[in-house]
Amino acid sequence: MKDDEFIPFDLEKNLNPGTLDRREFLKLMGGGIVILFTVGDSLALQQARRRRGYPEDFNAYLRIGEDGRVTCFSGKIEMGQGVITSFAQMLAEELDVPLNSVDMIMGDTSLCPWDAGTFGSRSTKYFGPPLRQAAAEARTVLFQLAAEHLRTAQEKMKVKDGIIFVTKNPEKKVSYAQLTKGKKIERHLEKKPPIKHYSQHTISGKPTDRLDGRAKVTGEAKFAGDIRLPGMLYARIVRPPAHGAKLKNVDTSAAENIKDIQIIRNEDMIAVLHKHRDVADKALGLIKAPFEPSTNTQDNKSIFKHLKGSASGGEIVTEAGNLDEGKALASKTFDEVYFNHYVAHAPPENHTAVAKIEGDKATVWASTQAPFRAQGDVAQALGFSLQNVRVITPFVGCGFGGKNSGRQVVEAALLAKLSEKPVQVAWSRKEEFFYDTFRPAAIIEIRSGLNSLNQIVFWEYHNYFAGSRSSQPFYNIPHHRVLSYGGWGGRGGGRTHPFGVGAWRGPGSNTNVFAIESHIDVMAKSAGMDPLEFRLHNLTDKRMKKVLNAAAEKFGRSFSEAPSGKGYGIACTDYLGTYLATMAEVKIDEKKGEIRVERVVCAQDTGEVINPEGVRIQIEGCVTMGLGYCLTEEIRFKNGRILDENFDTYEIPRFSWQPKIETVLLDNPEMPPQGCGEPAITSMGGVITNAVYDAIGIRMSVLPMTPARIKEALRNGRAATQ
Amino acid sequence: MEKTFNFNLNGKTVRVTTSPERMLLWVLRSDLELTGTKYSCGEGFCGACTVLINDEAVLSCQYPVQEVNGKEVTTIEGLQDNGKLHPLQTAFMLHNALQCGFCTPGMILGAHNLLLKNPQPTSKEIVEAMEGYLCRCGSYNRIIEAIQTAAQTMKGQRS
Ligand code: FES
Ligand code: FES
Repeated sequence: MKDDEFIPFDLEKNLNPGTLDRREFLKLMGGGIVILFTVGDSLALQQARRRRGYPEDFNAYLRIGEDGRVTCFSGKIEMGQGVITSFAQMLAEELDVPLNSVDMIMGDTSLCPWDAGTFGSRSTKYFGPPLRQAAAEARTVLFQLAAEHLRTAQEKMKVKDGIIFVTKNPEKKVSYAQLTKGKKIERHLEKKPPIKHYSQHTISGKPTDRLDGRAKVTGEAKFAGDIRLPGMLYARIVRPPAHGAKLKNVDTSAAENIKDIQIIRNEDMIAVLHKHRDVADKALGLIKAPFEPSTNTQDNKSIFKHLKGSASGGEIVTEAGNLDEGKALASKTFDEVYFNHYVAHAPPENHTAVAKIEGDKATVWASTQAPFRAQGDVAQALGFSLQNVRVITPFVGCGFGGKNSGRQVVEAALLAKLSEKPVQVAWSRKEEFFYDTFRPAAIIEIRSGLNSLNQIVFWEYHNYFAGSRSSQPFYNIPHHRVLSYGGWGGRGGGRTHPFGVGAWRGPGSNTNVFAIESHIDVMAKSAGMDPLEFRLHNLTDKRMKKVLNAAAEKFGRSFSEAPSGKGYGIACTDYLGTYLATMAEVKIDEKKGEIRVERVVCAQDTGEVINPEGVRIQIEGCVTMGLGYCLTEEIRFKNGRILDENFDTYEIPRFSWQPKIETVLLDNPEMPPQGCGEPAITSMGGVITNAVYDAIGIRMSVLPMTPARIKEALRNGRAATQ
Repeated sequence: MEKTFNFNLNGKTVRVTTSPERMLLWVLRSDLELTGTKYSCGEGFCGACTVLINDEAVLSCQYPVQEVNGKEVTTIEGLQDNGKLHPLQTAFMLHNALQCGFCTPGMILGAHNLLLKNPQPTSKEIVEAMEGYLCRCGSYNRIIEAIQTAAQTMKGQRS
C-alpha cells in the first residue's frame, strides 16, 4: 500500500563498509561476551547486507553478560507505547531467564539491528517474531553447550532462570553466564528451532508493570533534551512567520551584544548559540529578520473546497462486483460527505536533538521514531559515511507519527559541525506547532444503497487526502469501490496542503472509520434498525461479530433506533489486523454546545497478547487522546501562518474530560500478536458522532465537534459542512 | 546585571550567579543540570515544569530565579527520602500511571502539593486540582487512582 511505504534513505549509496572490524565491534558491545559469533562481520556490515530486513544472526538481538544479565537490542524506540516491557517479556520467555535480568537497549544505530522505524503499531507484530526466533536459537545452542559441559544428553536437562540443570540431579548445573564467560563461541544452527507454544508461556501473556516506571517517576529517565555534554551550546533558529514566506534580510547586531553568544549563518539558516537555552532565546528575540508574506491564501474555511479542487484521478483501493448492478438492486440510496480538519500531534516533548562531532564521526541523541532514517539524514547532510554516524535514541516523549522525520536532527548536526561544539536543538512549542506534520484535513464522500431486506448492496467511497488505511469494507457489500485521491504522505502532499502533513496515530483510519461508521448509522436509521442490530445484520465476519458482542455485553445497555435521546454510540473497525468495537455514552449541554463523554467501552481482539496491562494502557490512552480530535482539536491557519501556537488555544484533553473507560481483551492466542498502540483511537470519531446523533438527532459531519459547531447545528437543526 | 542567589535545592544549599529575570526552569535544567524538571510548553499551560517552592507547586518556566532567593525548592530528583521512593512515586508505578513519562515529574509534584493541602481528596477534587496538568498519553484515570492510593499510604504513615 502506498501510504504505508516508508521512504528509506539510500543506505547503499552512503555506506562505506569495512572500517569497523570485528574487534571494534566487540569493544562496542561492551564488557559482556558475545556468544555464538558465527562470522567476522560487524553489525554494520550485516546491516548493510540486509538493510531492509532484520538480521539472521541472533547475536544482533541479545547478549548474555558475564554477570548473567541479558541485554536485548532493538532498533525500535520507546515513546510510551510500552514495547520496552513487552520485548523484554518475549525475550525472557523464549530464553528462559527472569524478566528482571533483561536490560533493553533501543534505537541505537551502532548497537541495535536495523529497523525502518517505530510506527503503524508494528513493533510487536514485526519485531516480535525475529526476536523470539533469536532467543529460541540462543537457548538451543546454550543447551548444546551445557550438554558438552555437563557431559549429559540434552534431553536429560532442563532450564530455569538461565540455569541449565540435569533433571534428575539439579545440583549438576551450569548457568548461561558460566557457559559463555570468557569463551569465543561460534556456533549457529542450520535448522531454526521452534519457538514456544503460547500454552507454555509463564512471562509472556501475563500483565506486567512497565519496566521504565521507576526511571520515569524519579526523573532519572533521560530524554534527548536531558543530554548534557561538556561545552554544549543550545541553538535557536530564526523561523519564518508563515509557510512559504521568504526571508528579506537579517540584522543580527543587537543579538551580537549578548555575552558569549555565537551567531551562525548557513545559507538560509540563521542560528544563535549559547550555553544557556534561555539566553539563546533572548538573543533570537533580538534578531531582526523581516520576511516576505507567504503567497498561500488558504484558511480553515476555504480548505475543503481547495482540497477537493486539487484532487485528480483516484486510485482504486479495493473493488468488487459492479456498482451499476448494485445500484439497480437498491431500494434506498444514501449520499453523504464527511470532513475533518488538520490535527496536531502535540507531543509533550518537543522535537529535540543533541549532536557531537569528533573528526569525521558524529553522535546524535535524538527524539525520533526512526533513528536509522535520522542516521542517513545526518550522514547525507554532513557528507559523512553512514557508519560514522551514530544515532542514539533516549526515551521519547511521544511521537504518534510526528517524529518520523528528523529536521531537528539535521539542524543539530549541521550546527555542531559549524560551531565546532556539541549542540542541542530543542524546538519551542511554537516551532513544534509550526513544523508539525499534521494529520491531513480530509473529505470522504460515500454513496451507498440498501435493498428491501436492509442489506447494503452497493458502496462507493471517495477519499480525498485521508489515506486509505482501514477504508476497505468489512461489511458484506457485494458491489463496492473504494477510491483514494492521495494520502497523508503520498500524492497531493506538498502541493495540496499549505504545510506539512503526515502520519498521525492511526493514520488514515481515524478519518475513514469516522466516515464509514457514521454512514453505517445513517443507513441503520433509515432501515429502522438499531445500530448494533444493523451492523450484525450486515456482517458475516465472525471476528468482527465477536468483538461487537463482547463490547455490547460490557456496555450492558440496549441500543434503540436512533435518535433515542440516550446518547449511545457504536463504531467498529479492523485496524491492520486488530479488530475492535467501541461503545460510548455522551451527554450534551445544549446551552454551551458541550459534549461530555461519560463512558467508553472498548473490546479489542489483537491476537496473542504479550502484556495485557500494556494493551489496556494503550486502549485507555487512545480513547483519551481520541477525544481531542472529536471535540476540540483543529489547527487554525491563515495565509501560511499557524495560528495555534500553544495549549492555550489548541485544546487537548484534560483531567476533567475523562470518561470512565472499560476495556475487554478478547482471547485469541492462536493468532500472532497484532498491533495495539493505535487501533482504539481510530474508532473514536465514529463512536462519538454516532452517540451525539443518538442524543440530539443531528448528524455531525465535521470533526472536531466544537461547541460552536454543536450550537450552530442545534440552531439550524442540521450540521454545517465547514 | 548578574546577581547571586542562594536557595535550598533538594536539601542542599546552592548558590547561583546569573541574571535575575531568568526563569528557574532554565537555571535548573542548564546551569544546575537537573533535568528531571521538563520543558514542554514554556508558557505556563501544561504543568510539565512544576517544582515545589516552600511546598507550593510552581510552574518553573514562569518563575524568575530572583524570587527563589532564600526559599526551599524541591524537584522530582529530591522527592526520594534516602533512596526510598515517595508514596506518590510508588503509586504511579503501581498503577502504571504513565506512558512516555514526560509529564510524570510535573504530575507527581502537582499531586504532592494537592495532598499537602487536602490529604484525602475525592476524585472530583483531584480533577479540579490537576486540571492544568496535561498528559498527551492519556494516563489521567490512572493518575487519579495513583493519587488516591498514595493518599491512603500517606494516611497510614501518619497514623
Ligand atoms: S513548561 Fe511550564 S507550564 Fe508548560
Ligand atoms: S505519560 Fe506521556 S504525556 Fe503523560
